Amino acid sequence: MSWLETLRTGLNGVRTHRLRSSLTVLGIMIGIAAVILTVGLGEGAQAQVSSEITSLGTNLLTITPGSTTSSTGIREALGTASTLTTADETALSSPTVAPDIKAVAPLTESSESLTAGTSNWTTTVVGSTPTWVTIRGESLAQGRFIDNQDVADHSAVVVLGSETASELFTRGDPVGQTVDVDGVPLTVVGVLNSVGSSTSSSSVADPDDTAVVPITTAAERIFGGTSRDSLSSIIVQARSSADLTAAYQEANHALLALHGITTAADADFTITSEASLVSTATSVDRTLTILLGGVAGISLLVGGIGVMNIMLVSVTERIREIGLRKALGATPSLIRRQFLVEASVLGFVGGALGALLGILGATFLPGVVGDPITISPLAAGLAILVALAIGVSFGVYPASRAAHLAPIDALRNE
Amino acid sequence: MMTDSAPGTSGAVIEVEKVTKVYRSGSLSVAALRGVSLSISSGEYVAIIGPSGSGKSTLMHILGCLDVPTSGSYHLAGENVGGMSEAALAEVRNRRIGFVFQQFNLLATMTAWQNVELPLAYAGVHRSDRKERAMEALARVGLAGRVHHRPGELSGGQQQRVAVARALVTEPDLILADEPTGNLDSTSARDVLRLMDELHESGRTLVLITHDVEVASASGRVVGIRDGLLTEDDSRYLESVR
Repeated sequence: MSWLETLRTGLNGVRTHRLRSSLTVLGIMIGIAAVILTVGLGEGAQAQVSSEITSLGTNLLTITPGSTTSSTGIREALGTASTLTTADETALSSPTVAPDIKAVAPLTESSESLTAGTSNWTTTVVGSTPTWVTIRGESLAQGRFIDNQDVADHSAVVVLGSETASELFTRGDPVGQTVDVDGVPLTVVGVLNSVGSSTSSSSVADPDDTAVVPITTAAERIFGGTSRDSLSSIIVQARSSADLTAAYQEANHALLALHGITTAADADFTITSEASLVSTATSVDRTLTILLGGVAGISLLVGGIGVMNIMLVSVTERIREIGLRKALGATPSLIRRQFLVEASVLGFVGGALGALLGILGATFLPGVVGDPITISPLAAGLAILVALAIGVSFGVYPASRAAHLAPIDALRNE
Repeated sequence: MMTDSAPGTSGAVIEVEKVTKVYRSGSLSVAALRGVSLSISSGEYVAIIGPSGSGKSTLMHILGCLDVPTSGSYHLAGENVGGMSEAALAEVRNRRIGFVFQQFNLLATMTAWQNVELPLAYAGVHRSDRKERAMEALARVGLAGRVHHRPGELSGGQQQRVAVARALVTEPDLILADEPTGNLDSTSARDVLRLMDELHESGRTLVLITHDVEVASASGRVVGIRDGLLTEDDSRYLESVR
């Protein structure tokens, strides 16, 4: 008897017991759909995170003042001491000191009140250099960014984030207008493009709600204070993401030397990469995916046990049929094949329907749960294969029981 | 009736030599057959008659290659079936034996012709040939008009005739009928026995197992079985029970 013939016999067996077969298929279907959805949820989260990494740039390091552990052994919060200065920035900019560093942007930050006419808006004012715009991957919607001349001249100019611009200037072109920052009038020279809301994992301020001024202007005219050289942070851009580690080492060595610190543990600054923050978020997501996937996997296992249970019932119920088929010349391997085919048909149909259900879920669920679900055709295909494998492996035992029934015992049953 | 020729070399379809069958369950062993020898030639119509517990079912299982003897030899159409694997026995059953059971044993989900073609499917006959041969066999048992009916839509007598058609369809060396009339009313039983007669007349070898003297008397030769031993000869046995 050919495989095709056996398949026909197996299908006939499934079709004969419609209700029972559908319930068994349902078990597999739910398991497969659950697995597909959780894996899709995990993949979706990871895709989101990796797109964040790309948008942030994987080749950036942020140096902040303060150490994680002070020399006295007391943990200090980041930024408690302003130990970073413009001298550090200048040193890191030198290609001889740090050949793997492409660009450096010094940052001073302060929350200030901005006034334009009758409008009033409080935002983060950032003092920086022209490199800021390229390092942060920003672009300008209107006008220009601050240039080196502005920095050298301590020019009274400002570039607004898109949200800040729309809050201050409800009508008309903001470029050329004047904004009062803490009593200092500044001319708006440009507006940044909107990048959408900032990612939760990012440590930087919302780039849409900001105002960028030349660092010299910020130090001399706006923030004032005693330590005009001190910086809130330094952003370092490595030549490429592959050079990030080298850039990290160079920056670390240069700053330790510059600050006269001999042991790395006593460092009065902290270097973090955006990628490291994002990877923490990713690993949390992955743990959750594995956990949920495990639960879904268990439901799949239960589905498989359902197949086995039904096949065992089927063998017992059809003991006469098996005996008759054997009397008519069916060999044990043909009987085994027939029942294996039945089990794998249950598994395959369950897998296919489960994949369909999963895809439907992936289409409609993100609207409800708010998380993206990515289902690749590979995952769906794989799920169907897994279901088929479950059908076969849970069908082996019932099938071999059927195959080894003695024909007289099977026929005697009345 | 003992044969002098060596087993398997004569023209005999069935050649059973000193066959015993012992069933063991735990420490208890029951001898169902205690040394049975029997030779049946091609074209014979033999009835094996005995009361329940006589060992006739066991003998039928062994003759039908559904079970193997504990000792002794069994040649079916010259082929020694002792020591064959399960798969090889299945092949022998398919090729050489047609079964008719008391319970008909038709598959309820299949139509009459699909039931009849089943042994041909296991024999590896091509689909188109199978249907044709199944139709011929059904015509032979007088059911040409019922080929597309399922067993549930047929009477007991018709169902048993479908079963006979299924036993015929492979052109086996032997048709083995186990109480074929046991579940039938007297009219249907007569129909089935008449069909057996016709098959006998057309040259088939038939072995019929029954406890019913009347059924046995339809055959050409009667072999009695009692307590696991054959009481070869016929007329005297028939006389004794009458």
